[in-house]
Amino acid sequence: MLETLMWPLRPPQNWWVAYATLVGVIFMALQLSAAVMVYFERKVSAWMQQRYGPWLVGPLGLLQPIADIVKLFFKEELQPKAADKVLFSLAPIISVAACFVAFAPVPFGATTTLFGWLEEPIALQIADLNVGVLAFFAVSSLGVYGIVLAGWASNSKYSLLGGLRSSAQMISYELAYGMALATIVLLAGSMSFREIVDAQAGYYFGMIPRWNVFAVFPFGLVAFLLFFTAGVAETNRAPFDFPEAEQELVAGYHTEYSSMRFAMFFMAEYINMVTVSAVAVNLFLGGWHGPFLSPAYGWIWFLIKLAMLLFIYLWLRWTLPRVRYDQLMSLGWKVMLPVATVNLLIVAAGVIAFGL
Amino acid sequence: MASDLILFYFFAAIAVGGSLLVVGQRNPIYSVVSIVAAFCGLSGLYVLLEAPFVAVVQIIIYAGAILVLFLFTVMLLNASREDGAEWDRSHPYYRPGPTRIGAVAAVVLLGQLIWTFSRMRDLGAGVGEAAPAASSVRLLGRVLFTDYMFAFEVTSILIIAAMIGAVVLAGKKGN
Amino acid sequence: MVPIGHYLVLSGLLFAIGTAGVFLRRNVITLLLSVEVMLNAVNLTFVAFGRQFGTVDGQIITFFVMTVAAAEAAVGLAIIIALFRHRESLSPEAFTNLKW
Repeated sequence: MLETLMWPLRPPQNWWVAYATLVGVIFMALQLSAAVMVYFERKVSAWMQQRYGPWLVGPLGLLQPIADIVKLFFKEELQPKAADKVLFSLAPIISVAACFVAFAPVPFGATTTLFGWLEEPIALQIADLNVGVLAFFAVSSLGVYGIVLAGWASNSKYSLLGGLRSSAQMISYELAYGMALATIVLLAGSMSFREIVDAQAGYYFGMIPRWNVFAVFPFGLVAFLLFFTAGVAETNRAPFDFPEAEQELVAGYHTEYSSMRFAMFFMAEYINMVTVSAVAVNLFLGGWHGPFLSPAYGWIWFLIKLAMLLFIYLWLRWTLPRVRYDQLMSLGWKVMLPVATVNLLIVAAGVIAFGL
Repeated sequence: MASDLILFYFFAAIAVGGSLLVVGQRNPIYSVVSIVAAFCGLSGLYVLLEAPFVAVVQIIIYAGAILVLFLFTVMLLNASREDGAEWDRSHPYYRPGPTRIGAVAAVVLLGQLIWTFSRMRDLGAGVGEAAPAASSVRLLGRVLFTDYMFAFEVTSILIIAAMIGAVVLAGKKGN
Repeated sequence: MVPIGHYLVLSGLLFAIGTAGVFLRRNVITLLLSVEVMLNAVNLTFVAFGRQFGTVDGQIITFFVMTVAAAEAAVGLAIIIALFRHRESLSPEAFTNLKW
């Protein structure tokens, strides 16, 4: 009797079922993380501004994201008459697709059999590409198309300006982003995420973890800061959210969008944040390695580090003023790009000289 | 059918379909979006040819940089749809001379291609079954920086020249 | 397994489509896009043959082709912008001053 009740929970019959389940779980988890980020953004911003955040909807306001989703679902789906019909619908699809696909090479745990429940171990990663880091970079640079096509297709001057500015910002910060990634690839000698994380196991002097952020001190830290700042600029979050700020350009490229299409842009932004943070955790902060827990539980450490980085994202948004657009571009080209180049050169010299 | 063959036809269909849309339809923004799709299909073909680095670099450079540049230019110059009536009126395609010469050249080229393909041996064997794959990034870097070092350095000069040229040509007169 | 003939036919087809685009399009930007299609067809041939013979040279050449294509696209678009400022037109028919 108990066996028939527990039948849905039996171990997967073969590898394909297990893999499909993993893909489904990651897909759902990413969407759920967008909802969780919505809630925490409002709560954390409220606490920073000394007020309560959402607290009426459900206990501690926990059902607020669900209320938001339901509201967005029921809004009227508007499309400006002069908008380009195909591109207007295609742009949010490109944004969302790019951010989901970008999470594919990112691992979040060691290869595990889920405590013996599975017959063969499954890697907690959708695709262990041997050019994983570059593949992530490539797909996130395809996210630019969603924004620029949204700006164009809305056929309104605020949208077009917002779209062009936003995409120019994204492609400018991709340079520093890529150079920081190149520094890490140089240090680890491989472009596969799993190998980079596994190279960060262990400790220096038994105390300091061998994370890339502490490698070649302080150049690993510089690379981490560059990567994270460029990541904040790539995802169009404050303080670099000039193109989509409400006070500046009437919400920029997604001005004319409503209901589900807006929800897709909204979700794409949060999932991009989660992906960039996940990649930063894997590349710089040691991924799923941590003290006191065996590698099978590594995903707990991953989630803790991910939560820390996402909190920093929120902290930056609600503490710093917005950077003006020309200052933003000059920061990207005149400060971050030279610093990233010099950092890469020094780390390369170090790798050659000391064989790190 | 082997899964390789199915994937080949899938990606090839995307590449050819995208290219046909680039050439065949009139709105320049749709052309750029179709060529992005075609390049993603080509990237899939590179993965099938066991060249993952080239596949990823194709997306980064072509789809992520060059075509964004094209898209910006199309938007900033506000390129409009090509007018069908004006096309009919002024296109050299409709004048008899170029059409006849072009038709002859196309027939000659097609004949030559058919002749060449009918002479090809090894058409049945799979790509690369004779030799093992050599495609690790490490090997690529090693060959690039030893055998092709000169070309690499010249390429960097080429890029700088192109950058300066682009800034000078497209910059405003006051600068 | 996919025979190499398939890749060559596909590459030839893409090259032919690109050439047709260069001859048929009346918009200089789309003309440049057709040139990019041709360059990609050539890239595919290089990588296919590189795989056929088991060397890595095919992939190396594709880097150089991509770099040259990037440089050419940048300069070409800059020229188009400069021409557009002059003539307010994006049709190749508008720039026929040197035609006899």
